[in-house]
Parts: sequence; C-alpha cells; structure tokens
Amino acid sequence: MAFELICPAGTPAALRAAVDAGADAVYCGFRDETNARNFPGLNFSREELGEAVAYAHARGRKVFVAINTYPTAGNLGPWHRAVDDAARLKADAVILADLGLLDYAATRHPELRLHLSVQASAANAEAVKLFRDSFGVQRVVLPRVLTVADIKGLTAETGVEVEVFVFGGLCPMAEGRCSLSSYATGLSPNKQGVCSPASHVRYEPRGDELISRLGDFTINVFGADEPAGYPTLCKGRFAADGRTSYLFEEPTSLNALQLLPELKAAGVHALKIEGRQRGKAYIASVVQTYRKALDAFERNGKVPNVDLDAVVEGARETAGAYQRSWR
Amino acid sequence: MENRSLLTLGPVLFNWPVDQWRDFYARMADEAPLDVVYLGEVVCSKRAPFFEDAIPDVIERLTSAGKTVVLSSPILVTTDRERKAVRDLVEAGELGIEANDLGAVAQLAGRPHAVGPFVNVYNEATLGWLAARGATTVSLGAELPADSVGLLTKEATRLGMQTEVQVFGRVPLAISARCYHARVHGLHKDGCQFVCGQDHDGLGVETLDDQPFLAVNGLQTMSHTYLCLAAEISQLQRLGVSRFRLSPHTVDMVRVARGFRAVLDGALDGADLAAELTGLVTDAPLANGFFHDQPGAAYIGAHERMSA
Repeated sequence: MAFELICPAGTPAALRAAVDAGADAVYCGFRDETNARNFPGLNFSREELGEAVAYAHARGRKVFVAINTYPTAGNLGPWHRAVDDAARLKADAVILADLGLLDYAATRHPELRLHLSVQASAANAEAVKLFRDSFGVQRVVLPRVLTVADIKGLTAETGVEVEVFVFGGLCPMAEGRCSLSSYATGLSPNKQGVCSPASHVRYEPRGDELISRLGDFTINVFGADEPAGYPTLCKGRFAADGRTSYLFEEPTSLNALQLLPELKAAGVHALKIEGRQRGKAYIASVVQTYRKALDAFERNGKVPNVDLDAVVEGARETAGAYQRSWR
Repeated sequence: MENRSLLTLGPVLFNWPVDQWRDFYARMADEAPLDVVYLGEVVCSKRAPFFEDAIPDVIERLTSAGKTVVLSSPILVTTDRERKAVRDLVEAGELGIEANDLGAVAQLAGRPHAVGPFVNVYNEATLGWLAARGATTVSLGAELPADSVGLLTKEATRLGMQTEVQVFGRVPLAISARCYHARVHGLHKDGCQFVCGQDHDGLGVETLDDQPFLAVNGLQTMSHTYLCLAAEISQLQRLGVSRFRLSPHTVDMVRVARGFRAVLDGALDGADLAAELTGLVTDAPLANGFFHDQPGAAYIGAHERMSA
C-alpha cells in the first residue's frame, strides 16, 4: 500500500494549498490552547474547519484535527468542546495526547477515529498497545526518539497504523515530555501549546552582533555575516565544559526522504510533514515535492533526487533519530 | 487515613560511582528521616549494569532502617533490551513500583502502583483514569502550578490516592534519545565512554553571555537552579499534598532531609530552611517559579508571594 502523505495547515489557505498540492490528509487545530501550535494568527474557527472539511472531502482527502495539548486541571471544557466540534464537523480523525481526553473521546464519540499525537510520546509497543486497547486508537504518531529498526519492531507487534515525521522542524527531545520552554518563559507546549513563544523573544543589537533572547536568557549571538534564526530554545548556541556549540541540535531540518525504502520495510503507514506555522507557499512547495517523490517511489521503489534546499531550515538536513549516529 | 506528611527521596539521577552510590544510600538509611526511597537507574539504560549487583544490599539496608523502598522504572524505553528490563521489574513483584513511562503504566494495570513524575498527569480526568487502573500515588510533574496541584490533590484525596510534589533538587526538564554529555565531549551515545560519570550533579550549560542556564545529565536536560519549595511547605500541606520528594545531589542530603522533616513537622519555618539551603547549595541558586505559575527558573520570594 502507498504511503499516506499527511500535511500541515495553520490557515484555511494553507489547507487548500496542501490539498491542491497532493496531500492525502491535512492536519490542523482550533484557534486556542487545545492544540500544540497555538500561535497568534494561526488555526481554525469552527466555521473555517467545517469549510475545510468540505473542501477536502470534495476532493477525496481527509482532515485530522489536533487537540494535542494537556487539558488544564479544573478547566476541561475547551478540550471537550474541541473534540465534540471536531466530531460534529465531520473531521476524519482527532489527534490526542492526554489519557483523560482520550477516555472522553472514546466514550462520547465511539465512531470518531482516534490518532495518538506525537505529544503523547508513546515510544514502545507496550505504550502503544495501552492506547489501542484502552481507547481503540487506530494510529500512532511516533516520537522522534526511535530508530527505523525500533519502528519496525513496534509496527509488527502492535498492528496499529504508524505515522512518522519525515520533514520539517525537529524536536531533539521526546515530545510532550519537555519543560524547557516553560523553564525560560512560563509557557509550554504541553500546557499552552507554545514552545519558545514569540511573546518572550527579543532581538538586541550589540555592536556588530545581534543577540536573540528568550525570556531572561540569551539563546544565540549572531555575527554580522550570520543570518539570525528564531531563538527556539533547543536550537540555541550554548557553552558547556568550556566549549561553545549547538549543544542540543543545530538549526537543521528533518528530511527522511532517503529513508523511504527503510520506512516502507518497517511497515510505516503514513508520512508526516511538520509546519503548521508555515505559510501557504512553503506548504505548497514542500507538499508538491514530497507528492512527486512518493509517486515516483511507489512506481519504481527508488528514491528520486528532489530539491528541497530552498525550504530547508538553515539549508541543512538531518535524518534525526531514525539513524543511530544522530544519538 | 494517615495525615502525617511523608518525606520521600527520588532516585539518584546522576551516574555516580557505584561505591559512592552505595555509601550514599547507607547514610540515607542510617541518618536521614525519610519514609520512602525510590531506587533505580531511570535516565540511561547503559548505566544500569553498574548498579545491578549493589541493588539488593541497598534495598536490604534501607528496608532494615524502616524505609519503604519503591523501584522506579526508566523514563524513556525504546529498545527491546530496555523493554525487557521493565518487564522484569514488573514481574519481580516484591516491592512497590513507580511507573515513569506509559509502557510501565500499561503493564502495572490491575495492581497497586505509583505513577512517577515523568508520566504526564495534568488534570483530574487523567488522574481518575490512572486511579481506576490501580495507581495509589501520583508524583506530580514539577511544571504544575499551585492551582493544578491543589485541584489534582483534591481529586486524588476523593479517590483515596496521595499526591507527591518535588520540593528539592534540580528539575528534570527533558529527555532525549540523544546523549548531550557525549555530544559535549565530541562522542556519540554508542561509545559514550560514560563521560556523564564526571559530573555528579550534572554538567552546567551556560548561555553565550556566561549566564548559567541548564544542566546536562546524559540523555536528560535539567534546570541549573535547584528547585526549593521549603517556604511553600505549609501551603502544600493545606492543599492536601501528603508526600514531599527530595531529589538526590552531592550536597549533604541528611541535612536537607532533616530540614524538610522539621518544616513538615512545624518545628522549623520554611523560609528559614530556604535561607539555610541557599547557603548549602553552593553551585546554583534556588528556584520555585513553576509552582507560582512563573518561568521555572524564577525564585519568587515571600514579598512577591504576598503581593501576587
């Protein structure tokens, strides 16, 4: 069976661009703290989601709704309403992380297809089977901590559809288990759906240099000849043991295109592109390129040479944790 | 139901030489007023073989001293070998077990167990779901603010469970498949030469402006600051929290434990203990921001708390 191509959309325009460029399914979120890309100017109203589902369904594609932050104690309402509305608006699946919310969705909406978010960080077969057996989860998006060999074992053992990230930003940490952002800013992916939020970012010139700061901390210092990147905490330059480096991860993009044969052999069902915060031109370009590459791969089993350099962050790529040497 | 506040000791998170590790627990057994001791290598499975042979003696020593020993499962479990280690832990069955990943949660269903701070419990629905499967205590993540701690504790009490809050030590902030200790030394996780063993409280990470920021501990990234909720103990007790967790460091943990025991018993003022710990922890400042819904790195003093 051909890989399913799962593409991001932060706006209705990006969703249409992804569908038009060949996405099999598009994932998006509501405009609030219930999803892990809760950025200003992004995401969908209820009405926009209804229109998006109609647009996708008319073209034989699917829409998944990410409700993948962890509901706040004493305030479950927004998360419950998000699940209820996704079901009412005929979303093809909801992507959840929280045990309590999965329980709610499975009980209230037994017909609703459940996917396990990467934010749940289910990293082994026992964890995946927990979600399968307890809530009827049909697909798991794997955290970016597994090698291709690990994935193969997990796929065979659980029988759950496996979706993996193949392109875009790369968390070097196990997703959903990281409080770095809230340590520096008080706001976290798990609670507020934001990582290294723009509200806490400052750029300060210092002589020829440009300092990028997050909260009270310097995340990077750029020379006059360096392009200044966004200060995502784990992509910063730090000093340890007297050495300065991109300690956690370089400003690289994940690109696992070369691993298509291995991912196919590992039983992976769907390939996911990161980037709900990206504009529609970026989405169109990446989705189109991946669509062509996947079609060519399905025809002859070979990975075609494709050019994604123009859109790759820092013009550098990595296959991330899928290869042991990354560790 | 018992009202006495319990003082607990989380697992040693660092790669200490095994003799130092054994001596540490001997001293905890003999001198520290601890009720519960969590034991086990939770950060990196490559370290586990160093401690395997010493564990039975340490359990014996702690148990003889009247401490309840709970075995902690690893935070990140991906390989077949790591999965087998969790299975073995669950099947051994003599002692209580603290689940620190969802795979362990899955395998402990139907029997009483502890849920550790590395399992995401942010709301009462998740807490209730875990309780129905046998969880008797939940150690809350350090990221949770006071409001959430209060609501979760209220629900836990209603369900006959207990909540635990970390009150001392560097806060685990992230876990990765990648070893940052190895990376700092130009190595990979395979062939790491166990360089994490050089830093008994973690390896300091500074910003390019020389500001201390984080600490690296193998696969784990921690706060530079030491979490200290000494001044918040009476508030935590009022919220109904009954277990107070210390995380081991090379500072005099007997003194730390005695200080917290005294505050829990009302024999010492929390603010006085916080002042004492400021002098005792010489390699980093204290922090309590998460609890006060501020950046985790912040320290909110009594004055700010009053006006908040």
